[in-house]
Amino acid sequence: MIQPAKPDLVTVNIDGKEIAVPKGTNVIEAARLVGVDVPHYCYHPKLSIVGNCRMCLVEMGLPAVDPATKAPVIDPATGKQKVNWIPRPQIGCGTNASPGLHIRTTSPMVKDCREGVMEFLLINHPLDCPICDQAGECKLQEQSTGYGRGYSRFIEQKNVKPKRTALGPRVMLDDERCILCARCVRFAKEIAKDDVLGFIDRGSYSTLTCYPGKKLENNYSLNTVDICPVGALTSTDFRFKMRVWFLKQTDSIDTESSVGANTVVWSREGQIYRITPRRNDAVNDTWMADSGRVLFKQVTSLDRLTASGSIDALVARAADLLKQGSVAIVGSGRSSVEEQFLTKKLAATFGATVSLVSRVGQGDRFLVSADKNPNLRGALVTGLISALPAPKLTELAAQIDAGKIKTVVTVNEDLTAAGLTASHLAKVSVIFVGTHRVPTIAIAKVVIPSLTVFEKNGTFVNQQFRLQKFAKAVPGPVGATDDLIILAKLAGLAVTDVAAVWKLLAAEVPALGTMSYANLPDTGLLLDATPWAALPFAEGATLHYQPAAAATA
Amino acid sequence: MAVLTLERKPLTFAERTYLPQIFGGLKTTFAHLVRKKQTLEYPEHRPAIPPGYRGVPTLVMDPNGREKCVSCQLCEFVCPPKAIRITPGEISPDAPNSHVEKAPQAFEIDMLRCIYCGLCQEVCPEEAIFLQNQFSMSGYTRAEMVHDKARLYELGGTLPDKHLKWDHKKAAAAHGNAH
Repeated sequence: MIQPAKPDLVTVNIDGKEIAVPKGTNVIEAARLVGVDVPHYCYHPKLSIVGNCRMCLVEMGLPAVDPATKAPVIDPATGKQKVNWIPRPQIGCGTNASPGLHIRTTSPMVKDCREGVMEFLLINHPLDCPICDQAGECKLQEQSTGYGRGYSRFIEQKNVKPKRTALGPRVMLDDERCILCARCVRFAKEIAKDDVLGFIDRGSYSTLTCYPGKKLENNYSLNTVDICPVGALTSTDFRFKMRVWFLKQTDSIDTESSVGANTVVWSREGQIYRITPRRNDAVNDTWMADSGRVLFKQVTSLDRLTASGSIDALVARAADLLKQGSVAIVGSGRSSVEEQFLTKKLAATFGATVSLVSRVGQGDRFLVSADKNPNLRGALVTGLISALPAPKLTELAAQIDAGKIKTVVTVNEDLTAAGLTASHLAKVSVIFVGTHRVPTIAIAKVVIPSLTVFEKNGTFVNQQFRLQKFAKAVPGPVGATDDLIILAKLAGLAVTDVAAVWKLLAAEVPALGTMSYANLPDTGLLLDATPWAALPFAEGATLHYQPAAAATA
Repeated sequence: MAVLTLERKPLTFAERTYLPQIFGGLKTTFAHLVRKKQTLEYPEHRPAIPPGYRGVPTLVMDPNGREKCVSCQLCEFVCPPKAIRITPGEISPDAPNSHVEKAPQAFEIDMLRCIYCGLCQEVCPEEAIFLQNQFSMSGYTRAEMVHDKARLYELGGTLPDKHLKWDHKKAAAAHGNAH
């Protein structure tokens, strides 16, 4: 086996502390590694470096050597090698670590620089924090507290600029707050590949704007709001809804496709206000699609299913139907790994056939893949299915026509949409476990309301076979039960939470043998994909993912 | 411990008549008839409230009748008993105060929870909430004791404003500093 090449390390000295960092690390990242904060606005780890905010100015120097002999120059006072400090401050973001580089971030010159930069940035800043949505997560607020002068010397009238410019359907621009860091411009050009943003005019007249006749309306436009260090770009959906300091952050996973972008769900008192991306350099970097950010609206949608009776009564009615035998189960690629495992147990209990609903659509080659099932791989890993699902439930339809099936259990899948006709459904009793009103519930004998992904714990396996966990952000509505409990009760198992299911999972699924829900890393766990390498998955290439067929070709 | 026996002194003649005590008592009584009153006839008469008194929290308007609260929710955040509940809202771009952008859609203070600490007044960046002179607050139902926005403005009225910062901002825009 080939050992991975050791990264080239260089040793730098930051505020007297020596640290070895990989070659190519810039000073901001190197300082972060020793716990030194270098304030910055325009620098973003996933964007190109422009160095236009000047906030990360630090003092730098290199060890002195004699020009003629190349021998180190020793300072007689300390007995150590002298450091030749550059007489002017340098930007940290634009300087890569070089061997022996010395950095000072606490010297009087650096302090002066930061105060000066903050003063210039705040000259035309409206200071409307009480009405600004960024307040609480604003770099300008944080750094004026941390590094600012603390009082204003500006007595002239401030510039007044437009406060509500719609850059696109989801992004609103407040020109007064903009500090011209150009993160959004670089994002649109480099990441979204939709180069519509730019600055026009000069000096204090500079304004962010869209190219004439165009709009910032690509499916990644809201990432500009996330990376805006100030409140200049705000989300039309979240604008003026809630102050961020009230919101509880819960780690979750985007369910719109099998990419499994890592997200943070922001909620207060059981109500979700927004979803933002969570950094995971192996999956989604720091980005996510706009389409995934509105998924929380399903939680409070009017067609949510709830039951008035107890869950046990519903399960008893379902059990009566299941006892008749000849059961077919329609599992779901949207269920969590734990639920799919329990679905498999349920199928084993009643000797049922299992089919899954395929959901193949269009991918965008970035963070939305072609397979809209977030957890199809989970069904393979748990052994719920062994081959990819067919586009329609034709096999099940044939079995129903042949009279082999009396009862169909469907886990949050609309059978009519999946290819079963009314005549098929008339021949069977349907048990529907699901969250929302879909046409199937009209003919279902038993409807058991369950929870959305925001209301339960669990894990998904994304297209890279990366096992990622999501946590409960808000409590479910009254009258809806965790899918896990429903499936366990139907299967006659005495498990009530994810940890208990994981004990069974670890025992029965070899790939997960050493894992428990609690010690699953936040960045996910890459599973061995070789048993399924030959399957023709629907996904094309996306960020950090190459389809196996293309990779071997 | 030894027991000390004290002999009770016999009463004098004057003491036996009780008259000096009666007249002494009457003197105090009649002195109160002419002395200045120490009490108020509450509720018809009300005490003068000293400046800095922390009465019932209220919302105030500025002298131009503009609602000062911009629903920044800092009072809601700081309130120790969590008595304040604000629903933020946007001011429509056509409204006369559209340059303020934000105003509370609903503002409720639960006076059964309020502890009159005055932190909401202290934290308010817009000087919109004040604990004023009203000290007696009662009601027949719990719902009555939750003050909504209309009631809070009714209690608060208008206070003088030293800054009028939003008016200055509007003036700056009109002045042509706009780009």
